[in-house]
Amino acid sequence: MKSIIKGKAFVLGNDIDTDQIIPAAHLVYKLDDLDEKKNYGRYAFSGVPIEQSGLPQGNIPFIKEGNWQSDYTIVIAGKNFGCGSSREHAPFALQVAGIEAVIAESYARIFYRNSIDGAFIAPFETPQHLVKEIRTGDEVELDTTAGVLENLTQKKEYKLSSLGDVEHILRGGVEGWSEQEFSFDAFVSISSRLTYSG
Amino acid sequence: MGMTLTEKILAKHSGKTSVKPGDNVWVDVDVLMTHDVCGPGTFGIFKREFGKDAKVWDKEKLVVIPDHYIFTKDVHANRNIQILRDFAKEQDLPYYYDVGTDRYKGVCHVAMPEEGFTRPGEVLFGTDSHTCTAGAFGEFATGIGNTDAAFVLGTGKLWVKIPETMKFVFDGEMPRYLMAKDLILAVIGKIGVDGATYRAMDFGGSTVDAMTMEDRMTLCNMVIEAGGKNGVCAPDKTTFEYVRARTNKQFESFYNDADAKYHSVHHFNVDEIEPTIAKPHSPDNKAVVSEVAGTKLDRAYIGSCTGGKISDFIAAAEIMYGEKVKIDTYIVPATTDVAKQIKTIKVKDKTVMQIFEEAGCRIGDSSCAACLGGPSDTFGRLNGIEVCISSTNRNFPGRMGSKKSQVYLASPYTVAASAVKGVITNPREFFN
Repeated sequence: MKSIIKGKAFVLGNDIDTDQIIPAAHLVYKLDDLDEKKNYGRYAFSGVPIEQSGLPQGNIPFIKEGNWQSDYTIVIAGKNFGCGSSREHAPFALQVAGIEAVIAESYARIFYRNSIDGAFIAPFETPQHLVKEIRTGDEVELDTTAGVLENLTQKKEYKLSSLGDVEHILRGGVEGWSEQEFSFDAFVSISSRLTYSG
Repeated sequence: MGMTLTEKILAKHSGKTSVKPGDNVWVDVDVLMTHDVCGPGTFGIFKREFGKDAKVWDKEKLVVIPDHYIFTKDVHANRNIQILRDFAKEQDLPYYYDVGTDRYKGVCHVAMPEEGFTRPGEVLFGTDSHTCTAGAFGEFATGIGNTDAAFVLGTGKLWVKIPETMKFVFDGEMPRYLMAKDLILAVIGKIGVDGATYRAMDFGGSTVDAMTMEDRMTLCNMVIEAGGKNGVCAPDKTTFEYVRARTNKQFESFYNDADAKYHSVHHFNVDEIEPTIAKPHSPDNKAVVSEVAGTKLDRAYIGSCTGGKISDFIAAAEIMYGEKVKIDTYIVPATTDVAKQIKTIKVKDKTVMQIFEEAGCRIGDSSCAACLGGPSDTFGRLNGIEVCISSTNRNFPGRMGSKKSQVYLASPYTVAASAVKGVITNPREFFN
């Protein structure tokens, strides 16, 4: 997890389930094959009904036709993000698409744990209803250390909930562990002291 | 202070005399289950982290059941089954149920109990969110991702937080027209799709005490649809008879202490529950069937870990006996055992299979099939703008295929009654 994550925001509503994040038909590609795994990026959020894709206006595809990655870096969502299946492909797909952080009002348990297990994305929580504040395409900057989201387009700032002990695991990825080694080392040496477990 | 059934199981498996909600513990795993969607990724992480020549921690405790994408021409899906096959051979796994052989089972959550892998007091993890189904047997069972599963493969342990328990008490004799599916849809409709997030859901009361194992499985199966971590029913004579008929393995039963502490307690009188339905596109979008009766349908679907057990098909056959379906009706027995039983078990003078055939249903091979859409050639998949009524567990946008389709979730009684009428129909009409 970077100290500063900066880019365009993509806004979604409540209860974005794992079938919307990566539809089941696409769960067939290898996760560790450099070429094949690009498909997870290509089809990320392809299950979101188009009128609810990219709020508030909707009808904004997360991945442009023919592209393999998204123009967006941070997802803003409502409550219960990632509900549904246990597919680890879901946070993985968002990472492959180019998403670095999700800021939601709450998460489903397995998605949250999967996000951290693989350090795929940083799952921040917010008590505020940012879905009504931030517009898809707004330039935003997330200070992951301070837990502050700045909307550069609208010149507004929001304090997010603390990541808690999860921060140590997510930070670990850039403090010595390679991304590949990271989740298991985290598990063995750190996780028993932490409270993120599902 | 007293403990709940879930707390006692997790205390026992972490070597502690007591635990409380919020505690984090390492538990010893009794069974790990995986399938064709998450097995290949899990095995990949296992090899990456524990070495290419690593052996699983205990091959007697690993169950690998291909069930999701089986009868498809999709080359990637077929490749994934080959990865399972190769891993099972390399690790000499005794409990691998290969496609194309007599051992093939079908839907893992129904096959696990059939094969005796669900036992009171144990800890079961599976790479599938509906692993919670097995809580019906009085064990702790929950879904995990590939990384967690790979860690279990290498170490036999996993780190978990002790959940608070929500207690759901059902009392009264089940009315003839009601099924366990109606009860769990009523619960999810009441508490919402995140109403039990991070918590255990404990089902009890005189109604649950009188239920068969399959009915209890239906209750526990859908706790994930309320965000629940695990569902659980106290083991009893019904549990013991079911389990003892399928395995000789010893087990220990746990029960809620009288002074156990609950997050909340919810009482239901089943006489007051009507046949219940979840409207598109969320399992908590509840209505009673009579509120949406008459809604035009294109398709009916009976199958899956939720609604594809033998009791679900017997229920559907009771409604369809001597009737013709007015819409395309797909029947997918969860497992090959269920498929066999359909051909032998009778309702009145006809087998369940005969009743379905004479009604004009289409009958598919055992697998998860269209419950989660799957590859485009999946049996029963919604590929257009269809409106479907289904005995499955999820009606998220595009869950059964096309994003333009709409799915209503209901009991096998309600699905069968609706198939016969071609519109959403209250099964009470068939029980006068």
